[in-house]
Amino acid sequence: MNDKPEPSPEDNRRLLDTLLPRKDELKARERIAIPAQPMPAQPARERVRNMSEVALGYAHDQARLEALRCLQCKNAPCVKGCPVAIDIPAFVKAIADGDTADAIAIIKRNSLLPAICGRVCPQETQCQLDCTVGKSLKDVELSVSIGRLERFAADWERESGRMLPPEVKPETGRKVAVIGSGPASLTVAADVRREGHAVTLFEAFHKPGGVMMYGIPEFRLPKAIVQLEIDTLKAMGVRIVTDYVVGRTRKLKDLLERDGFDAVFVGTGAGLPKFMNIEGENLVGVFSANEYLTRSNLMRAYDEGAADTPIRRGRHVAVLGGGNVAMDAARTAVRLGADEVHLIYRRTEKEMPARIEEVAHAKEEGIRFHLLRNVKRILGDETGRVVSVECLKYELGPPDDSGRRRPVEIPNSEYVLPMDTVVVAIGNDSNPLIPQTTPEMETNRWGNIVVNENNRTSMPGVYAGGDIVLGAATVILAMGQGRQAAAAINEQLREETKS
Amino acid sequence: MSDNRIIEKRQLADEVCEIRVEAPLIARERQPGQFVILQLDGEFGERIPLTIADADPDAGWILLVFQTVGHTTHRLAALQEGDRIAHLLGPLGTPTHIERFGSVVCVGGGIGVAPLHPIAKAMKAAGNRVTVVVGARTRDLIVMEEPMRAIADEFVLCTDDGSAGRKGLVTEPLAEICARAPKPDLAVAIGPPIMMKFCAETTRPFAVPTVVSLNTIMVDGTGMCGGCRVTVGGRTRFVCVDGPEFDGHQVDFDNMMQRLNAYKDHEQAAHERCHLDEAIARKERDHERQA
Ligand SMILES: Cc1cc2nc3c(=O)[nH]c(=O)nc-3n(C[C@H](O)[C@H](O)[C@H](O)COP(=O)(O)OP(=O)(O)OC[C@H]3O[C@@H](n4cnc5c(N)ncnc54)[C@H](O)[C@@H]3O)c2cc1C
Ligand SMILES: Cc1cc2nc3c(=O)[nH]c(=O)nc-3n(C[C@H](O)[C@H](O)[C@H](O)COP(=O)(O)OP(=O)(O)OC[C@H]3O[C@@H](n4cnc5c(N)ncnc54)[C@H](O)[C@@H]3O)c2cc1C
Ligand code: SF4
Ligand code: SF4
Ligand code: FES
Repeated sequence: MNDKPEPSPEDNRRLLDTLLPRKDELKARERIAIPAQPMPAQPARERVRNMSEVALGYAHDQARLEALRCLQCKNAPCVKGCPVAIDIPAFVKAIADGDTADAIAIIKRNSLLPAICGRVCPQETQCQLDCTVGKSLKDVELSVSIGRLERFAADWERESGRMLPPEVKPETGRKVAVIGSGPASLTVAADVRREGHAVTLFEAFHKPGGVMMYGIPEFRLPKAIVQLEIDTLKAMGVRIVTDYVVGRTRKLKDLLERDGFDAVFVGTGAGLPKFMNIEGENLVGVFSANEYLTRSNLMRAYDEGAADTPIRRGRHVAVLGGGNVAMDAARTAVRLGADEVHLIYRRTEKEMPARIEEVAHAKEEGIRFHLLRNVKRILGDETGRVVSVECLKYELGPPDDSGRRRPVEIPNSEYVLPMDTVVVAIGNDSNPLIPQTTPEMETNRWGNIVVNENNRTSMPGVYAGGDIVLGAATVILAMGQGRQAAAAINEQLREETKS
Repeated sequence: MSDNRIIEKRQLADEVCEIRVEAPLIARERQPGQFVILQLDGEFGERIPLTIADADPDAGWILLVFQTVGHTTHRLAALQEGDRIAHLLGPLGTPTHIERFGSVVCVGGGIGVAPLHPIAKAMKAAGNRVTVVVGARTRDLIVMEEPMRAIADEFVLCTDDGSAGRKGLVTEPLAEICARAPKPDLAVAIGPPIMMKFCAETTRPFAVPTVVSLNTIMVDGTGMCGGCRVTVGGRTRFVCVDGPEFDGHQVDFDNMMQRLNAYKDHEQAAHERCHLDEAIARKERDHERQA
């Protein structure tokens, strides 16, 4: 990455002073010459001993310098890469102009959760992938840092105390139920409530927020930010009911037929952990990443003195997988005090689905990467506790249909690594509870709910979106689906009111 | 949704409490074999599963019977009538398969009699001849004897030390019942894992189908974490959604018992702290009384 000494705030100020008077006349060459701004972060040595956020956010001058790098491309390839098509050149220009209020207003036309997406979007595969600046510098990591700028604008708004709940139209008397409280559901609740419909949100857990609360750790997404989104919904008059699992506490059908809801949105996510089905997977000390992260995040087990829920503070921890979930689990293990954390992944670093920034942070925090390796079985002692994992080496074979070179195992390459804790982080399937208890609803063979282009399911009045439809995906895609579904729900209610 | 208020509380035995909780939504939907997850503090509290021992959908309450084994159950036992349970989720789990099998033997060990009660009741209501075997370590630990007697066509009581009923383990009467002609059509055994394991071993040679209800450690109770997983017939199943009831002849009890002990050190410490706290509280009360 960037080993040059970081410019001081004074350097940044001086540079900004030379650029600002000509900010609208800068040549492309001059803009590209502005150094890409690194994200200030807690030093690795310190952050491994706390749960606080790692990335600290741009200072004001940094944000303006970064924004000045943008070429204001006419064809705006960045906008095409954003799943919700935020007007990126416009909001970035507003930041360069020093008008952060305008920037956040532009972002919010398309995104309801900018403080969150600015932090967790996989930008390098979305908005920043085809950024002209990155292309000319031949390095996607040198693209304009759109996500960091988005976060900057959202944080500025939150910290300035100017965040007002959106306006709500007069009550229509229509009722909508929203199931789950992840990004898809929060978006539906806000967009439907704005039209004056009564919204009740049902969440199985004791706290709303979905994966953003129980899965993604505090050090990457502070829970206070998620909580603020929920408080905003409450201020808009959305009724939030926790400890309510649809399918068990109430059947989905009964919400429509008995409880008087005019429409239902299902946003129950992809909460079914995959296991590898290998020997030793049920030994003591083997966890799904969901369990490990839920214990730590939602149940606050990292706070050993205060929390009642225990967590295993392993000394030698193996995490299996290469996505965001695996990085989160590995970095959590570091913070829980593990001596060594080993990440074992079947392909190479290039294929890792995790965000580049998380991979870099994980390495800085001392996590050891074992690439082109896979665990064949987990070995235990006579009390059923994990003592080691047996790994197998892989090499890259010929490319498959997708053009990616497929890893193939090297015969007789087994070796053993001593471990006392294993976290399986190879992904999630869709949550089966609602499909199982709602036979009327069509699902595909992976258990995802089938919807049309308006996120309508096969059941009249029932919509779905987010991971339960897409399979394990991203926050922004879930939010985008929520917007579509909300538009369709609002349309349905408008039509019904007319007739 | 409701207040989850405790409307009645009774001490059933030395370390066993019964609470009647206002929970109209759960009472309305619950079926035999299902459970709730409760939490006493939404910030730092632990989520623990407890079986719904009885319920009244019209009056809107559920009955929970629990043994004070660790931190959360001790705190629960300290709540009084009128207090609220902060979070209560349910009903969870797949309901018991109730049908007219013919004759059913229901075996309950210790606190396991509580979850067995609604099942025995439903089996009886479905037209089965119900034999109930209740076991406990000693007389003071017997729970729900009266309601079980009221359901049973035949009732056997045993204690390990012979302080009440027959002296011995529940597997002895169970073996005798299985050896009769005709043999029972179904056995349901609920209690400590070791008891369920040996009940399953007892019925196996007689080929009496045997249902057990597993009490693994849980977090969410909705199939999200896999912490409750057990091996049944060589396959991994989740107790909170696929169970809690399984074919006892297929369950890998040894692995399940090992997993139950995963947090033993932590829990041991919590349990000792509870008793220490109680001792201190008692001392303080004594002091106040003297003052
Ligand atoms: C550890 C981890 C890290 C991740 N990191 C990133 C990242 O960096 N960037 C990114 O973009 N994405 C990331 N993701 C993926 C992202 O979080 C998800 O794609 C997104 O949260 C999906 O949103 P959703 O609205 O579909 O539902 P979810 O967020 O999954 O929420 C679903 C909610 O519904 C509730 N629920 C389920 N069933 C019921 C029911 N029957 N009744 C009531 N409530 C129910 C659940 O309890 C849950 O709260 C990560 C995921 C995980 C697990
Ligand atoms: C589906 C289900 C239904 C249950 N129904 C009842 C019931 O009706 N009445 C009742 O008294 N108990 C029941 N249990 C067990 C109950 O959940 C535990 O006793 C409780 O979680 C202990 O919490 P604690 O904080 O007080 O103790 P902890 O400090 O967590 O544990 C103390 C001791 O209990 C054991 N333990 C911990 N968790 C569990 C667990 N989930 N199951 C069994 N042992 C455990 C530990 O090994 C330890 O020895 C049920 C469990 C399940 C999974
Ligand atoms: S592609 Fe990059 S340089 Fe061009 S408008 Fe978008 S952010 Fe700016
Ligand atoms: S929402 Fe995500 S993809 Fe869209 S601009 Fe923001 S960071 Fe990029
Ligand atoms: S308790 Fe989490 S999956 Fe069963």
